[in-house]
Amino acid sequence: MAIFLTEASKVIVQGMTGSEGQKHTTRMLAGGTTVVGGVNPRKAGTSVDFTVPGADAPVAVPVFGTVAEAVAATGADVSVIFVPPAHTKAAVLEAVDAGVPLVVIITEGVPVADTAEFFAAAQAKGVRLIGPNCPGLISPGKSNVGIIPADITGPGRIGLVSKSGTLTYQMMYELRDFGFSTAIGIGGDPIIGTTHIDALAAFEADPETAAIVMIGEIGGDAEERAAAFIAEHVTKPVVGYVAGFTAPEGKTMGHAGAIVSGSSGTAQAKKEALEAAGVKVGKTPSETAELMRQVLSA
Amino acid sequence: MDLFEYQARDVFEKHGVPVLGGVVATTPEEARSAAQRLGGGTVVVKAQVKTGGRGKAGGVKLAHSPEEAAQRAEEILGLDIKGHVVRTVMVAQGAQIAEEFYFSVLLDRAERRYLAMASVEGGMEIEQLAVERPEALAKVAVDPLVGIDEAKAAEIVAAAGFADEIAGQVADVIRKLWTVYVEEDATLVEVNPLVLTKDGAVVALDGKVTLDANADFRHPEHAALEDVAATDPLEARAKEADLNYVKLDGAVGIIGNGAGLVMSTLDVVAYAGEAHGGVRPANFLDIGGGASAEVMAAGLDIILSDPQVKSVFVNVFGGITACDAVANGIVAALEILGDHATKPLVVRLDGNNVVEGRRILADAAHPLVTLAETMDGGADKAAQLAHAAVTAA
Repeated sequence: MAIFLTEASKVIVQGMTGSEGQKHTTRMLAGGTTVVGGVNPRKAGTSVDFTVPGADAPVAVPVFGTVAEAVAATGADVSVIFVPPAHTKAAVLEAVDAGVPLVVIITEGVPVADTAEFFAAAQAKGVRLIGPNCPGLISPGKSNVGIIPADITGPGRIGLVSKSGTLTYQMMYELRDFGFSTAIGIGGDPIIGTTHIDALAAFEADPETAAIVMIGEIGGDAEERAAAFIAEHVTKPVVGYVAGFTAPEGKTMGHAGAIVSGSSGTAQAKKEALEAAGVKVGKTPSETAELMRQVLSA
Repeated sequence: MDLFEYQARDVFEKHGVPVLGGVVATTPEEARSAAQRLGGGTVVVKAQVKTGGRGKAGGVKLAHSPEEAAQRAEEILGLDIKGHVVRTVMVAQGAQIAEEFYFSVLLDRAERRYLAMASVEGGMEIEQLAVERPEALAKVAVDPLVGIDEAKAAEIVAAAGFADEIAGQVADVIRKLWTVYVEEDATLVEVNPLVLTKDGAVVALDGKVTLDANADFRHPEHAALEDVAATDPLEARAKEADLNYVKLDGAVGIIGNGAGLVMSTLDVVAYAGEAHGGVRPANFLDIGGGASAEVMAAGLDIILSDPQVKSVFVNVFGGITACDAVANGIVAALEILGDHATKPLVVRLDGNNVVEGRRILADAAHPLVTLAETMDGGADKAAQLAHAAVTAA
């Protein structure tokens, strides 16, 4: 099972022929992902050889001119996007129009108006977006889409949802002896395709997930809304962590969405909302991991 | 980026939103000539600060002659309004106000679309109106694929209850404000108050605009709107080096990779500091994915230039970034900085190629560098070193 991404997922890479795309396609292949194609209109009909550590021969991945052609030829059901911000909207809309059910947008720095537009288009077509500005997701031992390192830990029963990439890695590392069903980085932009709530609902429904770690950060009220959702709909144990207690008001902390404005968006408010919903919240990543250990050992 | 009122006014004017004349002044003399240029009659001298409540703080004053405008500017320039020192005033044409309204359009993060808000009870703080008389504030969802077209503008005007005589005029202004929102890649356009003048014109009397920095690549002209004077000099240097840096007030410099991990590192250092004389993080610095020697050197250089910094904690989890590259970056950075590097560094590396990374630092055995096994341990060590330096001083 796992969520959103399984061993059956067939993945195409938009931006595969660029330097970031090539680097991460190699890593995805090494992580066991079924990458069935890349998209680049100028290189349609060619293929790219990837030298994958551990493989006997280079893996040849075909390049298609459009997402629609790639889908028709391969039956791809996931697209991951590595194109620059100025071209991201067009790339996402192309994947949405081609009917790819899951589109993962790694690109950082996408104008929020573009995201609002392609999110609305995706919703109208029933397409799930993850990101933008996210590390993607991994179902360890099954598939890995995006840039999360595949070798931090293996399969297990913890589900993880986080706004942050490296904090996701840190938490996976802290709990590496338990392993994960799926770890998903939803991104730190003001508008994101998949929210904490979407991931929580999927983990709740996933029989392979026994407990959930939710990592939030300052800005917006997504954590507060997730807390309300947990109180109503989540029966599995949830452990939380919120980054940004020391963040001052009015300063953006790296992520476009991570800003405390007035009394809203503070880490303290998010922590309190989560605790009120019965979520145990750690003060640090290590304390959060410890809380999860207690949950899983109980 | 938040714009000053005068910048918002100029942007409004560029897109055809009706505004009154306004001229910027940074000295009383400039305010006098500004008032003259506006016809020599009644003007309003308004402090240009990016915060609310400036009227109550004495930052908005009426003047009936150029002479008086200079006097009012003299009083306002240099005022401290909620921590914002007034460096600029706008001398604005006076208006005979009949009625005050409110309009804004902004990003609705929760619903992942836009939200227009309008009220015929303008002038007061909108947060206060929303709490005290929520029924007086119309909220209308805006579909990003459609925007505020004629029908949507009419819906907003009707929902807010504008009188029939001015409904068409207001709808027209709302559509122009939507043009500002879209064409400038704003995340907030707010007009409070939007006024009906006694001679029947609908005018944006004050404006707040927030621009999306991610869209700067399609708005080269936005760079000129940056408030260079208010930017911390270290933040300005970091920006030139393409580093994500925010200056804070503590003694422990922080370098990490990834916004979430760096925010978390600040918190962990602040907690650790509780046991070491209350030392706190000195900055936020995210070196991002590629931690080359140059990036590391630029980052360290900025942090070490901060006289408040007494120790530095480098906290990297190698995902894509390999720890050996980070370690090489630190060693090379210390070489580049030479005698300029004087403060102790605590380095915690984990993840991709960690063994090699730690080996490189151990072999280099730089006298300023201490290796830490864990994030908590590193934070504690860095806080302890900073506290020791503060106490010794």
